[in-house]
Amino acid sequence: MSDLDIWIIIIALGIGTFLIRWSFLGALGDRELPGWVLRMLRYTPVAVLPALVAPLVLWPAANDGQPEPARMAAATATVMVGLLTKNVILAIAAGAITLFGLLYLLG
Amino acid sequence: MLQAMPFLLVIIPFSILFGVVATEAGMDLAKVMGFTVLVLAGASQFTAIQLISDNAPAIIVILSGLAVNLRMAMYSASLVPWLRGASGTQKAWLAYVLIDQSYALSIQHYERHPGLSLRQRLAYFAGTATTLCVPWVIATWVGATVGQAIPEEVALDFAMPITFLAMIAPMLRTPAHLAACFVAVAGALALAWMPSGLGLLIAAPLGMATGALVEYWIEKKRGTA
Repeated sequence: MSDLDIWIIIIALGIGTFLIRWSFLGALGDRELPGWVLRMLRYTPVAVLPALVAPLVLWPAANDGQPEPARMAAATATVMVGLLTKNVILAIAAGAITLFGLLYLLG
Repeated sequence: MLQAMPFLLVIIPFSILFGVVATEAGMDLAKVMGFTVLVLAGASQFTAIQLISDNAPAIIVILSGLAVNLRMAMYSASLVPWLRGASGTQKAWLAYVLIDQSYALSIQHYERHPGLSLRQRLAYFAGTATTLCVPWVIATWVGATVGQAIPEEVALDFAMPITFLAMIAPMLRTPAHLAACFVAVAGALALAWMPSGLGLLIAAPLGMATGALVEYWIEKKRGTA
């Protein structure tokens, strides 16, 4: 792929991503949204982020897409600690410790 | 802002990783930084690098990278009720720095403190975004220049899943949130065979609709009881 191709990709991705992020805020800005839309939007983060992550947990690219115990255990630990403590930092710490601990033990 | 600091623990490794991966894929420093400054969206940057090293046609790289970011249209929409009345310039800046973490932090903060003024909301967003985006750019540069020294055993790839899960778990407060999350995850796994990002674009709205529906049922039951 030529340098020019890569710069075209970078600029197209940059402009496209900006427009996606700007879409509703900028274009619809001050209009009232209907109640059912607002109701659905409340669930955006709890639907999008887990859906983004779930395949990465089950089929991590670092392991050529094979399920891998250390990463699954780390994900489980993160979710459990997050649910129980409601604390983001503790949850990240639990996940990181589990991951590195198990990778070390199993590796 | 203080509340954004913990995310640096994962954003920085993730960003260094991008610098390393992109350099290994043959990008020079200008292109690596071009990606980070102009696109400023980790998942799509990784997707693009992956496809470029697989020699995919440019149009496929662009479409896949954008598909990964379509979730941000949902973020953009869900911020509308909170940031109504901001000026055009403010909205343009918000859009530029609207990343997963700045979104998640801000929307949590707005929901917890509904009485905030527009100014306070904008200030909070600006604070989290600056704390997150500036180090993101710097860490990419570090990764691209000195990152070759990091051994492969350091499992940087999992920084993103862990951050996202850690952000979400505390938000699962109601049966509706749990149902939305469950349906979205089940959908994403069932549709994982679809080309990059498409499965997510079907699974996530399904999860959102489920959450809304469950919330509606619960309210109705309470209303008639």
